[in-house]
Order: sequence, then C-alpha cells, then structure tokens
Amino acid sequence: MNEKEKKTREPLFHIAKRPAIEWWKAWLIRGGAIIASLIVCAFIIVILTKQNPLEVYAAMVKGSFGTPRKFWAMLQNLAILLCISLAVTPAFKMKFWNLGAEGQVLFGGLCSMVLMFTVGDKIPNWMLIASMLAASVLGGILWGLFPAVLKAKWGTNESLFTLMMNYIAIQLVAFAIMVWVPSGSSVMGLVNSTTKAGWLPDLFGQKYLINILIVAVLTVVMFIYLKYSKHGYEISVVGESENTARYIGINVKKVIVRTMILSGALCGLAGFLLVSGTNHTISKELAGGNGFTAIMVSWLAKFNPLIMVLTSFLIAFLQKGAGEIATNFKLNTSIADILTGIIIFFIIGCEFFINYQIKSTKSKEGK
Amino acid sequence: MKKILAIILSLMLVIGLAACGAKTDNGDTTAAPDNSESKPADATGIDYSEMKIGLICLHDENSTYDNNFIIAMNEVKEELGLSDDQVLIKTNIGEDDSCLTTAEELVDEGCNIIFADSFGHETYIMQAAQDNPDVQFCHATGTHAHTANIPNFHNAFASIYEGRFLAGVAAGMKVKEMIDSGKITTDQAKIGYVGAFPYAEVKSGYTSFFLGVRYIVPEATMEVTFTNSWFDIALEREAALKLINDGCVLISQHADSEGAPKACEEKAIPNVAYNINTASIGPNTALVSSRINWAPYYKLAIEATAQGKSFDADWTGTIATGSVELLEVNEKVAAEGTDAKLAEVKAALEAGTLKVYDTKTFTLDGKTLDTYLADVDDDGTFTGETEAISDGYFHESEYRSAPYFDIEIDGITTLRPYSFYSRISFLLKRGHNVLCFKQK
Repeated sequence: MNEKEKKTREPLFHIAKRPAIEWWKAWLIRGGAIIASLIVCAFIIVILTKQNPLEVYAAMVKGSFGTPRKFWAMLQNLAILLCISLAVTPAFKMKFWNLGAEGQVLFGGLCSMVLMFTVGDKIPNWMLIASMLAASVLGGILWGLFPAVLKAKWGTNESLFTLMMNYIAIQLVAFAIMVWVPSGSSVMGLVNSTTKAGWLPDLFGQKYLINILIVAVLTVVMFIYLKYSKHGYEISVVGESENTARYIGINVKKVIVRTMILSGALCGLAGFLLVSGTNHTISKELAGGNGFTAIMVSWLAKFNPLIMVLTSFLIAFLQKGAGEIATNFKLNTSIADILTGIIIFFIIGCEFFINYQIKSTKSKEGK
Repeated sequence: MKKILAIILSLMLVIGLAACGAKTDNGDTTAAPDNSESKPADATGIDYSEMKIGLICLHDENSTYDNNFIIAMNEVKEELGLSDDQVLIKTNIGEDDSCLTTAEELVDEGCNIIFADSFGHETYIMQAAQDNPDVQFCHATGTHAHTANIPNFHNAFASIYEGRFLAGVAAGMKVKEMIDSGKITTDQAKIGYVGAFPYAEVKSGYTSFFLGVRYIVPEATMEVTFTNSWFDIALEREAALKLINDGCVLISQHADSEGAPKACEEKAIPNVAYNINTASIGPNTALVSSRINWAPYYKLAIEATAQGKSFDADWTGTIATGSVELLEVNEKVAAEGTDAKLAEVKAALEAGTLKVYDTKTFTLDGKTLDTYLADVDDDGTFTGETEAISDGYFHESEYRSAPYFDIEIDGITTLRPYSFYSRISFLLKRGHNVLCFKQK
C-alpha cells in the first residue's frame, strides 16, 4: 500500500478552505500581515531612500496625530471617505457595480454650489443650507438613478454606465465654472468668503465637527439598515442570487432602483459636505478619487459599516502620513504611495490566509 | 506549532508598537533644539535663526513649474545658511480646503513666512492670512493683494512676458532660418503653443511669445490649444502632436509637464520651454527656455520678515531684479546669430526703447487698439476697469504683478478646450482601463 501511494505524485502542500476561524486568530493574522508589510516597507525605505524606517513610521504617525489640527484634518478626510464608502456599500452588496460615486458626489456638490453661488445672499442662511442639502441629495439620486433604471428595465451594463456618468459630471462642473468664472482660469476660489453664506457653521470651534457627526450617525444607521431591516435582507439576497430573490418573491427591479436611490443620495450628501462643510468651492477634483477609493474601503470591510470606520481610518491615516513623509524627508510623495500600496496589498492578501489554509500533504497523512 | 507562531507574532506586534511609540517621542523632542543650531547671521548681519519658511506647491518636482519654485527655495536656503528644518516644502497640495489646512499646519510648525505657488491657492491663503496676522503669506500669480488690504498678505509675479518675448525672438530666428534655407515658405511659418487654461496669465504668455516671433518673422501665425490642466503628461503630449500634425514648425508651451518637449523631440520639431532647461529631454530640439527666478523675491520677503519690516503687497520682478531669465540657448538647435540678436533685443527692452506690447505690432479684428480696459482689480465682476494702453503700448504687470493682458490678437487661432468626446476617445485610444472592469 505504501508503495502504491508513492507512485501517485502529490504536491508538497495544497490549499484547503478553512472552516470558520476564531475571531482572535483572524485578527492575529491581520496583525501579522501589517507587521510583515511594515518589515517589507522598511527594506524598501532603506534601499530607496536610505532613511531610518522607524523614523519614517514615526513621521507617518505624526502626520495624523502630531497636533490636534492634524488629527481633526485626518478625521475630516476619514469622514468624507467613510461617507462615500457607506454610499457605495448597499449597491456593492447587491452586486450592482456602482463605479459612479465620483460623479454622483461631484454632481451633488455642483447642485449645492449652484444655490450657494446664485442665491447665497438672497435667502436666510439656514434656508440656504437646507435647500443645498436637499439639492445635493436629489442631484446624487438623479445621477445614480439613470443607470439603475436602465439596468432594471433593459439590463444595461451598470459599471460602464456609471463610469461614463462620471465624465458627464466632470464636464458639467467644468462648464459651470467656465460660466461663473469668465476669465478662463477655471478657479472658483472660496465662495462667499465674507458672508459665509451656505457654509456649515463651526461646532464647538471645530469646523469639521458637523461633518464628522453626520457621518458617525450615518454609519450606525447604515449598519442597522443592512443588518436588521427587511431592505437590508433583500439587498443581500439579490446580491447572492437574483433567481433566489425572484423565487422567494422579492421584486428585484424595485430593490435595484431603491438601493441605487439610497446610494446616490448618500453620494450627494458627501458632495454637500465637501462643498458646504469643507472646501466652500467646487472644482473637477472635488471628489479627489475618493469615489474609487471608497470601493476598496467597502470591500476591505466586507461591507460592514462598522469595520469600514477602521478601513477608512487606515486609508486616511496612510494619506496624511504620506504627505508628512514627503515634507520631513524631502522625498517625493510617490514613495509614500509605494508604501501605502505595499501595506494595503498585505492587508488584502492576508484575507486569503483567513479563508484558506495551506496544508502540507504529509501532515495530513499524519493525522 | 500554531501556538508558538501566535506567540512570536504577538511579540513582534508589541515590540513593533513600542519601537514606533518610542520613536515618535524622540521625533517630537528633537525637532525644537535643531532650530537653534543654525547659523545666527549671514553676511548682511540679519539674524535668520528664528526664521522658518513654508512653501506650498500644487504639484511636486515632476512639474516644471513647481520644481522651479523648489529649486529657487533650495538656493535661497543655501545662500542664507538656513538649516534643513527651517524650510518646509509641502507638495501636491490641492486648490481646496487642504491648502488652508496645510497653511495652518505650517503655522503650527512655527513658520513665520509661507509661500504658495498656484493661482487657485489664493483665496485659501488669504483666509489663512486673516486668521494668522503674525505670519507673512506670499502668493505667486495672485490677483487680490493690491486691493485686499490684508497687511500680511502679498502677491508676487515677474514680467515674464519680457522673457517670453526674448524666447520668441530666438524662436523667430529659428523660423527665419527655416524660411531662408527653403525648408518652409513664409505661408507655412506657423508655430504652435500648448496652454493650460485660457486666462490672462497664459494668454499674456503666448501673446508675448508670438510677438517675439513676429519681431523676426512678421508673417508668422500661431495656433494655440488648451489642456485645461496644469499638469497632464499625456494630454500635453497629445496636444503638441496635434499641433505638429496641423503643420506647426515650432512648439512652445505653458503647461507644466515634459509631455510637449518629449513629443517635439520625437518629431524633430524645435521646442521652446518655460521654467526649466529641457536640453536633457530634447537634446536635438530644445531651443531655449524663459524662466522666472523666484530667488530674488524669496530673499526680499524673507529678509524683510526676519527684520520685522513690511514689504510690498504686490511685487513684480523684472529682468533688472534678476527675476526674469533666459536660460542658455542650445547652440545645436538655435539659428546662427541668435545670441547676438537676443543681446540686442534684451538691451532695448531694458532701456525701454522696445515695448513687448507695442500697439503698432498687433491688431484686434484688424484694428489697432488705442484703449483697453483691463481687469486689474479682481473684484469678482470680471469686467475691465483700468485703462492699460497709453503711450502707445499695453502696460502689462505695472498696475498689478499678475498678468492681465487677455486680448486675443489677430494671427493667433485658439482651439477650444478638449471636449468630453475627445477626452473619452483619447482614453480609449490609449487602452486606458476605463473599460477593463469586468462584469460577470
């Protein structure tokens, strides 16, 4: 029998799906991955820049936690990224590839800016802000609804459609700025900087606090919505299998359209927060790529809004750290991007080891 | 086995965190004393030891425009004997709230003077200036300081139109050589220009360059295209190739990447650059380059701040202050006699006998202009209020440092900004990953 087995050549190890893993083991693997990534990054830092990696890491930490102002700025970036991530999550969970968050944010922001720019001095500030919020949310919905309705009705490809909508939004913003700024510089600058009309007010002296609170509440609500509501359940069923959904009597088209309305509305809200609560201007770069980064944040967290706080913190932290490294060590920000890439690669990669295990053939026999 | 692994991992985690934490503390404590180690004074007897300088850049060293600011800042740092941590350079800072946050962070770090380099930074820098009255804020290319009445907010620019005119003269010599050698006819004397955004700073730039060319070849015409971006290697390259395709025999640009010079080198078309010497990119085609040297302004502002003196709200550098430079002419590309001609024209410009925007040298809709209201006071109305033409020429950069010449003169055709469709087709043509997201 022994001889027989030797004749069939088996690989030294094979990959097997793990049964459910204890939570602490999963987190140990994740922690290990982060440390491994830091070690790899350390080599890259030494080889490419000849700096002390520990000093570089310390600078990264300082970038987010060095001063209260840096901490608030990091929280603000986190809040915006988290808001957009929350927006794309229901759609992605439904396996509706909404790549149009960038455009939905931008168009939502544009709707806010139209009001802020045109009627900024004509109506009371609370009314202005309320109408800007409403306009942004509606704008975001409109931008998300087009692809959703067409997908539900005629089965169009939503990833392509939402992506194309981004370009339309970018050009609309460029067009609006050309009309508003006839000099041709394409720079709006701070709008209403003297009257502060349409600017979200400071709360306890912190200009980003309202943004942060709104997103914090939203995170909890989204968690409950996805986990405990009937809508949330329908979203996951449609995501797992449309046929099953149909079989158990879920109106798939309705769910698609309803979920994209939600997704678009939250993107519009992010646009409002960016225009009214943060930048007080608009440009083609308003969303700044966050519409795409949000997809990664959402996937990394496996569509769990509470975990998304962590993953968006990770991205915001790495981004702030990147700028700090560039200044402190007179390096190009690209090196920071490289480090960020490596760290994220390890974090994504370690999920493989959580879901699968590598068994050596020998040890299996031993058992 | 698994347990041992777990223990090792958790040990590493603890050690790693401890190391990071310890380092953070060290970093914090060493930052302050370093400051006092720097040299106390330079030759002029001014004490720079208390100075800390911030520079906010829209892009990084890869952008010729931003690199020009960074190079000059490092020169000044050397010259004034400042230490590394007295100069903080922040790159890739957008024209939005991050600009304000960055300025405030620099104030937190102890900067007494902060420079910002991009047009769109201005309103954020103004806000920072109002919030931090003890810190000087200097913004390049801005338009508000001369009317804003914020004592610690300053604008600066240079009469780069004179530099571009000179570069245009060198380009004109080259075009003339092509005509004389029979390579092209005078009808074909068309030059191309890749601009960023269609506003005064760019318009003033390409018009002065064009007038320089016309100073030598009066029949020359120019085609201008805009990329609607300050830094986009692919778009700038594409724009230059389009102009070459349209029959332009020489290209210049006011956009900040190496896209256009590289395209010119490939197609063997002479190129005139801005802010850097592109001879390394295009050894066979880089002709000459005009540059704003920011060092004189940095020194002026830093000196004044160190001494607690006030300085100009709006400052224009000139050839005389050393702010406007023409970088070395590439002998390999330039026409014979270019250096001599440049010296002659430069002398005339400095003496004031030659004006770049002499109204006799250009027309608008076939008519010579004797009056033009320029939008000098940037009050948000975008209408001209200052008479800029007198004594037979347009007074550029005299009433305000930032350019305000925005007349679209005859002989120049502008192609409108890239449309949505051309952008999409451009991305698709390049196999851009817009379509690569696969659906199951």
